[in-house]
Amino acid sequence: MSQSVIDLIALAKKAPTLPDRQSSEKPLSFQQIILKLHDYWSDQGCAILQPYDMEMGAGTFHPATTLRALGPDPWNAAFAQPCRRPTDGRYGENPNRLQHYYQYQVVLKPSPPNIQQLYLDSLVAIGIDPMLHDIRFVEDDWESPTLGAWGLGWEVWCDGMEVTQFTYFQQMGGFDCKPVAGELTYGLERLAMYIQGVDSVYDLDYNGAGVSYGDIFLENEKQMSEWNFEVADTDTLFEAFRMATKECEQCLDKKLPLPAYEQAIKASHVFNLLQARGVISVQERASYMGQVRDLAKGSCEVYMAKNGWTA
Amino acid sequence: MADFLLELLSEEIPARMQAKARADLERLFVAQLSDAGLTAANITVYSTPRRLALIAKDLPAQTEAISDEAKGPPEGAPDQAVDGFCRKNGVTRDELEVRDVKGRAIYFAVINKPGRDTKDVLSEAIPAIIKAFPWPKSMRWGEASLSTESLRWVRPLSGIVAILGDDLVQCEIDGVTSGFETVGHRFHHDGVVTIGNAGDYAEKLRACHVLVDHEEREAIVREGAAKAASDGGLELVADEGLAIENAGLTEWPVPLLGGFDPAFLDVPEEVIQLTARVNQKYFICRDKSGKLAPNFICTANIDASDGGKAIVAGNEKVLAARLSDAKFFWELDQKTALEDHAKKLSNIVFHEKLGTVADKVERVAKLAEWLVSLEGNGFDQPSPGDTFHGEVSEAARLCKADLVTEMVGEFPDLQGLMGGYYAEKQGKSKAVANAIRNHYKPVGQGDKVPTDPVTVVVSLADKLDTLVGFFATDMGPTGSKDPFALRRQALAVAELCFENHIRLPLMDMINFAILDLDSHADQLREKFNQHCLVPMAKSLDMNVSDLEAFTKGDGVYILRKDNNEVSILANDWLAGIFRVKDDLHEFKAKRGASLLDYFAERLKVQQREAGVRHDLIDAVFALGGEDDLVRLLARVKALQAFVETSDGENLLAGYKRASNILKKENAEQGDAKTLSYTPEKAEKALIEALDAAQPDVTAAIEAEEFEKAMVALAALRVPIDEFFEEVTVNDNDEEKRTARLALLARFRAAVHQVADFSKIEG
Repeated sequence: MSQSVIDLIALAKKAPTLPDRQSSEKPLSFQQIILKLHDYWSDQGCAILQPYDMEMGAGTFHPATTLRALGPDPWNAAFAQPCRRPTDGRYGENPNRLQHYYQYQVVLKPSPPNIQQLYLDSLVAIGIDPMLHDIRFVEDDWESPTLGAWGLGWEVWCDGMEVTQFTYFQQMGGFDCKPVAGELTYGLERLAMYIQGVDSVYDLDYNGAGVSYGDIFLENEKQMSEWNFEVADTDTLFEAFRMATKECEQCLDKKLPLPAYEQAIKASHVFNLLQARGVISVQERASYMGQVRDLAKGSCEVYMAKNGWTA
Repeated sequence: MADFLLELLSEEIPARMQAKARADLERLFVAQLSDAGLTAANITVYSTPRRLALIAKDLPAQTEAISDEAKGPPEGAPDQAVDGFCRKNGVTRDELEVRDVKGRAIYFAVINKPGRDTKDVLSEAIPAIIKAFPWPKSMRWGEASLSTESLRWVRPLSGIVAILGDDLVQCEIDGVTSGFETVGHRFHHDGVVTIGNAGDYAEKLRACHVLVDHEEREAIVREGAAKAASDGGLELVADEGLAIENAGLTEWPVPLLGGFDPAFLDVPEEVIQLTARVNQKYFICRDKSGKLAPNFICTANIDASDGGKAIVAGNEKVLAARLSDAKFFWELDQKTALEDHAKKLSNIVFHEKLGTVADKVERVAKLAEWLVSLEGNGFDQPSPGDTFHGEVSEAARLCKADLVTEMVGEFPDLQGLMGGYYAEKQGKSKAVANAIRNHYKPVGQGDKVPTDPVTVVVSLADKLDTLVGFFATDMGPTGSKDPFALRRQALAVAELCFENHIRLPLMDMINFAILDLDSHADQLREKFNQHCLVPMAKSLDMNVSDLEAFTKGDGVYILRKDNNEVSILANDWLAGIFRVKDDLHEFKAKRGASLLDYFAERLKVQQREAGVRHDLIDAVFALGGEDDLVRLLARVKALQAFVETSDGENLLAGYKRASNILKKENAEQGDAKTLSYTPEKAEKALIEALDAAQPDVTAAIEAEEFEKAMVALAALRVPIDEFFEEVTVNDNDEEKRTARLALLARFRAAVHQVADFSKIEG
């Protein structure tokens, strides 16, 4: 870690620590937070899924969100999803920014009338007392040009910190959501840093038994940042983009939306890597994004058709 | 008479939408009632993040009965006519009465509309209001959203309270039914709150920690924040917008004072303020000496069980993290010299037809250097030890460098300002730093116009380059559309010139800027090949020259290579740059003048308030060649003073007469030859007056003594009046006629030295 970053962390640490631990109870570890959320949402009737085994920029890309948001069938699921944002890498030198981190994602379709209360109760379940902390729903609409999707909702603040994105999906892949799904995306590291009162993500208590987040991920951040920004072979990446595009189109021709969508996810991630390598000019950027959007929208279209749903 | 209460409960309404929502609710309610013949005179509207409420006092229990009659067609009229009459009046044929009118049997419709219960009117009005509500953005939700026809609201609508007097007004919309019950504060009150009537609504909610009156909450935020600051020995930096926003985010606002590490105060004040205000909605404070204090005030939505300690601590951590980001940017940005930041501007497109920001900066620098090299422009020429010219070049080349800094990336509003700070830190002169900081100014009417010479030149060059660039590529404003804010830029140029008495030959300047663009078009072509075509060709496995062939032409190209089905959208950008060169040739012919006209138009608008006549601006502009705004305005003002005197008025009358004769006789030009006849007295007097006045006018105009030019012109008034009185222009003697027409043409030419009087109204 560079000296200046250490200074900054030290500076941030001077801010008073949270005085609100009423009991001497140890705050939840990172993994306990996930387990509590699993328990909580399992009790609400959600299917608890395991992370999708592909690189993606956000939990929203998970087919359990994107594709399941389409069509009339009810769907309730919760899962933790690792997210990759190559350009956010900081070689492990920034206490808040990572190129690989976790989102906890809940999808409830149709959005239940008490969805806000369900969400607030989940905060209580992981140790946030709403009579002690200031919890607020602040306007934040969501739009993903790559998915042809948008929704209205909020960012949820806890004492001024954004801890969750709360969205009512209105459109996905260019199709109206019928019915609308409610999506909750918890920023797990932020939430954990808040609950544990630590100032660097690497200081998070991971398992409550001596393993820190840094023990697991610091070296990963260093190496992956270097690879993302400096090493990844761009010819290979361009080729990978082409191949994913081609494969996706083939799957679409064969009316196989699920494998097609996987290729769209792949293309999107490869594009993000190309961005991190700085080889995509401003002018090209729009064209690449357009291609990814076409793949994703195409997958949604075929998914709808295959299920016999109309727009 | 009874009071009516309506509450529309929903999930959190964005703060910025609440003021308009209140106004809309009142407007729609009044309209609904007035359609039913009810007048609602005493209406109050409230909003919180979770509810919109309306109280209408003293509504009558019923609408008034309406009794009316209508005269129809005579008995025996065609069925069509009678049926139409019935339809129009909402009666059946049986209900028609037949009356005798002057001996004829005529159908009459008697319409008796009994009074309706106000309650019934309201139960229909409420769903209508909800359906018609014009939210800026609205959404569907829940099970009902299985259909896209389901109700839309800003966020899910969860309840309706509608009470007239003590009675429920029953209504239902999309599964939401009206009732007496609402909810209190999200955390302070469990369960429902039962409202009795409009009178106890606000108080019942207050007891459940909801202050429904937004003005009361705004006052609490405003005054509470001021008190929290003064309790800490500080002074609040008042911010009404923030007070309103925080009131819109809370039902029970509690301002709390927090602090941050004073070490963050190294970061420029504007950055701290923006971080606190925009990202966190905090107020900032100053200490007694007026310096920014390491404190902030946040507004919580609860009376926390620990008095707010945890909330303050949490907010302090968030701000500390944000400020450490800002401090990191501040320090990181300074590690790179502005000169090196500026190099990265070649990665940012200014406009697809006008190249990158780096290209623009180079043009601005050249233009700025050229501007200060002009003679008589008010700037001193370089002399030994002169720093001015060097500072202009330096400031122009660095003025956009901060666009690629981390800080401006995070806070775009800080463009210019950050560059100024970084320049100072880098040891640049004050003049250079100020020019970087202020070169975007003036940014609107009332904004301070820079006067520091280096700033003025860079600001002018920046704006002129933008104007010429967009006009040259035919992207100037059309009608009310002005997507590149060129109107503001043109006005700013005029303001800079007037404020600083800058003598700017606009036409020369435009031509200079075009030359620069011209060479730029070649560079663009080169760059396009290098950055776009080559990598694209590579990814397609094609020859660059093959690919290039596709890009020549217009619009969007779809390339398909064999059966690979690779399609690429090459957007307009590609085509655009090839058009730049053609555009430029056309521009030289037409649009250069159109830009000048545009300046004239802006000038008219700008000067209207100062009482300068627009027709006089036209009159001077119409002469052509007047492209110096400062001189132009001086000339217009002298002209205005003159035409409002009786000399001026009469001369104008004489001019118009002369002009009309010349036009009628089609004698636009005439050669003033030596006369072969003896001129009449008045004719001779006019010749002599012109002989005397013309050199005077010329000399005065050259010396830019426009009042003097007007005085010289005034000397023509009596001779021209007498000439028209005593001399016949259309003499039978062809020679006399020709000579006199020539004399009039000469008179007109003399007047035209000052202005084109034909443009003057009246």
